[in-house]
Amino acid sequence: MDLFAIDLIVLVTFGGAVNWTVGFLTTVAIFGIVALGLNLQWGYTGVFNFGVVAFFMVGAYTSALLTLPHPDAVMVTPSGAEVTGVLDYAGGFGLPVPVGWLAGMGAAGALALIVGLPTLRLRHDFLAIATIGIAAILRSIANSIEGLVNRSSGLSGIPRFLDELASGEDYRWVLLGIALLMLIVVYLALQRTVDSPWGRVLRAIRENEDTAKAAGKNTVSFRMQSFVLGGMIMGLGGAIFAHRFGAIAPTSFSDLLGTFLIWAMLMVGGSGNNRGALLGALLVGFFWFGTPLIQEDLPDFLGNRVFMIRQLVIGLLIVVFVVARPQGILPERRRVSRFVSDPDSAGGRWASLRARFAGSGPRSSPEA
Amino acid sequence: MKRFGGNPAVDGATFAVEEGTITALIGPNGAGKTTCFHCISGFLRLDGGTIEFAGASIARLSPPAIVRRGLVRTFQIPQELSSMTVLENCMLGAGAQRGERPWEPLFRAKRVACEERAHEAHAREMLRLVTLDELAHERAGNLSGGQKKLLELARALIARPKLVLLDEPAAGVNPTLALQLVDHIRRLQRELSVTFLIIEHNMEVVTRLTDTVVVMSAGRVLTEGAPSAVMADPAVQDAYLGSQYR
Ligand SMILES: Nc1ncnc2c1ncn2[C@@H]1O[C@H](COP(=O)(O)OP(=O)(O)OP(=O)(O)O)[C@@H](O)[C@H]1O
Ligand SMILES: [Mg+2]
Repeated sequence: MDLFAIDLIVLVTFGGAVNWTVGFLTTVAIFGIVALGLNLQWGYTGVFNFGVVAFFMVGAYTSALLTLPHPDAVMVTPSGAEVTGVLDYAGGFGLPVPVGWLAGMGAAGALALIVGLPTLRLRHDFLAIATIGIAAILRSIANSIEGLVNRSSGLSGIPRFLDELASGEDYRWVLLGIALLMLIVVYLALQRTVDSPWGRVLRAIRENEDTAKAAGKNTVSFRMQSFVLGGMIMGLGGAIFAHRFGAIAPTSFSDLLGTFLIWAMLMVGGSGNNRGALLGALLVGFFWFGTPLIQEDLPDFLGNRVFMIRQLVIGLLIVVFVVARPQGILPERRRVSRFVSDPDSAGGRWASLRARFAGSGPRSSPEA
Repeated sequence: MKRFGGNPAVDGATFAVEEGTITALIGPNGAGKTTCFHCISGFLRLDGGTIEFAGASIARLSPPAIVRRGLVRTFQIPQELSSMTVLENCMLGAGAQRGERPWEPLFRAKRVACEERAHEAHAREMLRLVTLDELAHERAGNLSGGQKKLLELARALIARPKLVLLDEPAAGVNPTLALQLVDHIRRLQRELSVTFLIIEHNMEVVTRLTDTVVVMSAGRVLTEGAPSAVMADPAVQDAYLGSQYR
C-alpha cells in the first residue's frame, strides 16, 4: 500500500496541479519535521541514526492507538454500513488528536532512550548498528503480534484533526495549514534551543568529543539528550502522518522512504543547518514525488523504470554530496550563539540590527 | 600504573603536588608524562594504583566529573574544535552553564543571555591574555600550531580551576610570549592560589616558573626536588642524554 499514490494525480488540470501542490507541500512539511529531528542528532551532535523510520513509526502508531475509538465500538464505514470489531488492535481510547501527538512524541523519545542507554556510551558505530535493526524489529512486531496494531492489514479510520473546519476536498487545506504550523513551531523551537550554549556543547561533541570532556561536559548525557529530542521530533512527524492519511500499515514505514530519503534531504540541504534541512526536504521531496508525474512524457526505456531510477538517483545524490559538498547546499553558519553578537558575519550584523530595532529583548547583543 | 598491551607506560610513578605550588613534570620523550596526565584527568583507566585530589580518590571518575572538581587539563597535541570559532572554543570551557540545559534557552532566554554575556566577557579576557582576542571570530582550525596551544590554555583557564595540568604549554609558542605566560601563571598561582602541574621541555621556562621538579624516565619517577638541584643530578642527565654522551 503506497499511501503517497494518493498524491500522484496526473497534472492535467489547474485544479489537479493545485491539489497536487497542496498534497506535496503537506508531505514536505511532515518530512521536513523529521529531517529537523535527524539534523539535531546527526547535523548538530554527530549521532548516527539509521533507523529514523522506527521513531516515525512509533509516533504514528502511538497516536493512532490513542485516538482511535475502541475496537469494539460501532464504526460507520464510508459506504454507510455500521460495523464493529473489524480491526483488531490494543487501546482505542478515543483521545483528542493533540494528546495522541504528544504521546507519539513521548513514545518515540522513550524508544530513543531504550536504544541509546546501552549504546550511546560505547563507541559511535554501536549506535549506528543498533539503529539499523530497530525499524526491522518494530515492523516485524507490528506484523506478527495479534491484537496490537491489526498486523499487516494496518489501522484505518484514524480520526482527522480539526475536520470540523472544512469538509471534503477542502480539508486538504486544513491539513496543509496544520502541517506547516507544526513545522514552523518545531523549527522555531529548535532554532532557539540549538543556537545556545546547549547547541555549542552538541557541536563540540560532534567536532571532538575529547575536547568536550576536557571542558567538563558529560558527553554521554548530551548525546542522549540530542538523540531523545531528535527522536521525539521524528515521532511527531509520524503522528501527523498517521492522522493525515487516516490509515497506516507496517508497509507504510519503509526504510527507503522513512530513513534513506530523510538522510538524502539532510545531506543535500546541509546538515548542521536547520534551513538547509528544510531546503533539502523541499528539493529531494520534489524530485521524489515529482518524477512519477513526468513518467508518461519520458521515453519508454526511462518511463518504465522511473521508480527504480529515482531510488538510484537518491543514492547517487547522497554519495555525490558526501564526496563533493559534504556541507550541503546551505552550509552550517558560524555563530557563537544568538546571545553573542558576531561582527564578522552578516548574521551577526543582522542580529545586532534586529536587536536595535526590537529594543532590549533576549536577542540584544552585549554591546546594545 | 598504566599498561598498553602489556608494556608499562607509567609504572610506579608516585609523586605529590603541593597545593598552591607550580610543579614541573619533566623527562625524556616517551617517559610517560602525557600518559600520567591522561590517567589523572580520567581519560585513561588505571591498571593499578591510586590518584587523590583534594583528599578524595579520583581514579575511577570520568573526565567531566574530574573537571567539575576543579582539575582541568590541556592536550599536548591541541584538540581544538576546528570548525568552531576561537571564541566558542574558549567559551565551551566555562563550567556549569545554565544555558547548557536544553529548556533554558527556550524558556529562560533572558537569563541565558545574561549568563552568556558574562561568559563572553570572561572568554575575551582569557583570549586577550593569550593574545588571541583579535582572532575571536576566526575558525579555530585556521590557527597556527602555536596559537592552538594558546587556545588550549585559554580554554583550561576559563574554567577557574583549582589544579591545572598543562602539557607542554610553551611548545611552539614564541619565546617572548612564553615568558609572559610564565608571568601570568605565576600571578594566578600567587593571587588565586591555583595549583599547576606542567610538562615542559623548555628548561628556561621550568627554572623560572616552578617550585618543584619531578623527573620521570621510563614510566618511573627518577627524582624530585628544587629545579637547580634536579638539573645538577647526574642521574637526570643520564636519563636525558643516555650515559654514552657523558
Ligand atoms: N595509546 C597508546 N598505545 C600504546 N602505547 C602508547 C600509547 N600512548 C603512549 N604510549 C607509549 O607510552 C610511552 C609513554 O608515552 P607518553 O606519551 O606518556 O610520553 P611523554 O613522556 O609524554 O613523551 P613526550 O615528551 O614525547 O610527549 C611511550 O613509549 C609511548 O609509545
Ligand atoms: Mg607527552
